[in-house]
Amino acid sequence: MLRIGKAIYDAIIAHARADHPDEACGVVAGPLGSDRPVRFIPMTNAERSPTFYRFDSLEQLKVWREMDAKDEQPVVIYHSHTATEAYPSRTDISYASEPGAHYVLVATRHPDDAEVRSFRIVDGEVSEEEVVVVGSAE
Amino acid sequence: MAIEVSIPTILRQYTSGEKTVAGKGATLAELLSDLDLRHPGLAGRIVDDGGLKRFVNVYINDEDVRFLGGLETPLADGDSVTVLPAVAGG
Repeated sequence: MLRIGKAIYDAIIAHARADHPDEACGVVAGPLGSDRPVRFIPMTNAERSPTFYRFDSLEQLKVWREMDAKDEQPVVIYHSHTATEAYPSRTDISYASEPGAHYVLVATRHPDDAEVRSFRIVDGEVSEEEVVVVGSAE
Repeated sequence: MAIEVSIPTILRQYTSGEKTVAGKGATLAELLSDLDLRHPGLAGRIVDDGGLKRFVNVYINDEDVRFLGGLETPLADGDSVTVLPAVAGG
C-alpha cells in the first residue's frame, strides 16, 4: 500500500499535467525505512519525450546525494504516461532499479481525469498496490 | 593508490551490502576490473560488450564519465567514483 498526503498527490498530478504531452517524472523522498513520502522532488525529463523519460544524470546525482545526506530514500518514483494506461511498460519494468520504491504512474491521456496507480517492481515482478491519499476528507 | 567507489542499493548484493568499496586503476576500465576481482559480477552490471551500459550512470568526482573519456577516463589517487542506475522508463 502507498500512503501519501493529498498535497503531494496533487502535486504529482499537476506536474504530469503541466508536462503533457511529454512524460513527467520525479521522486518523493522520505526518511530511511519510514515508507513515508514527504519531500516532493519533480525532476527534469532529459528525454523530453511523450513516450520515454530519463532523469538528467547530474540532477539525479545531486538529488541522490541530498537524500543520502538527509538519511532519506526515494519512497516514490513517479512518471506519467501520456497516451497509454497508468501501468508499467516493459521498459519501466526492465529499468526499475530501486527495489524499495513505490513506482507511481499517472495517465494524462484524458484532460479531465488523471489515473494514478502505484506498483512495486522487484526483480522484474510487478505487483499493484492500493493508493491511500491521506488528508483528502474535506 | 585508493579510489573510493559508491555503490547503489541494487548493486550491494555484490559487495556484501557495503555502500562504498575501494579500488585502484589508472583508468575507469582498470578500476572496474580491479573491483570485479574482489566483488565478482559487479563489473558485469556496469559494462557490457559495447562499453559502459547505457542505463547506468558513472561519475568521477561528480562528473558524468560520458562527458569525460568513458571507460578510458584516467583516474588519480583520491578520486571518488559513484555508480547510479539511471532512472528511466517509457
